[in-house]
Amino acid sequence: MSLIQALFYMMSFIALASALFVAATKNLVRSIFMFFVTLFALAGLYVLALADFVAITQIVIYVGGILVLILFAFMLSGKETLNIIAQQRGKFISINKVAAFLLAGLFLLVLLNTFFKVDANHLGWITGSVRANNVITSTSAMTENIGVNLMTKYLLPFEAISILLMVALIGAAHLSRKGEKQ
Amino acid sequence: MISLNDFLIVSAVLFCIGLYMIVSKRNAIQILIGIELMLNAAILNLVAFGKYDRFFNGGQMFALFAIVLAAATTAVALAIILNVYRQYKTIDPGRIDKLGDE
Repeated sequence: MSLIQALFYMMSFIALASALFVAATKNLVRSIFMFFVTLFALAGLYVLALADFVAITQIVIYVGGILVLILFAFMLSGKETLNIIAQQRGKFISINKVAAFLLAGLFLLVLLNTFFKVDANHLGWITGSVRANNVITSTSAMTENIGVNLMTKYLLPFEAISILLMVALIGAAHLSRKGEKQ
Repeated sequence: MISLNDFLIVSAVLFCIGLYMIVSKRNAIQILIGIELMLNAAILNLVAFGKYDRFFNGGQMFALFAIVLAAATTAVALAIILNVYRQYKTIDPGRIDKLGDE
């Protein structure tokens, strides 16, 4: 087993274990901080998939932006949010959880079955791109290529997403202002 | 060399954990975290397949777009959650059962 494989298994173990902890724990603050660990491990997985720019963006936007936003929302919404969780503490298994567990487990079975049937390593376009030498190797620097492509081939999605980002910004500011009516 | 199947399995498990959180949790913030987990599983797939497109970087590019979209979604969703808390004094989606004019 090479070093990169060992790193992959370690990162995916950290990501999955912390995600399971996030799903299982009763403590909301602790689950938010464990989500932090999940996001960092996922950034490590992106690096192992040779997408270093996406990994950096993940750390800057997710860990720096989204997680702080979630923490803010949690802190601002007072202790009522914790009361709901405390009420659930008594019962171990509720119908709600069994149904959710069944749904998630069956969906996992379907997904895994599909993946093993598809055999992604030998898809037509993937073998084609390997033959055409169109594969990112560990020595190729992709950041410049991403910048050039963003301004040429993907200019329309880029503009669309910037408009959507502005709309979301104005919408969020509008929604979270203090109401004048009350 | 890490095969594509490994990435697919990891992302499938992450996706199902997110699905479980969305269905079972009774707190809007935790549901939001579940949605983020599902989005991250999708981004992991995009990135893993994007390795096979060196000239146009399709996968990585749309992974970037997905991250930006997730940020926008979260900002709006958290603003909505704060508003709902101000109105109902709870963020349990099961107990939010009134329209605005009632």
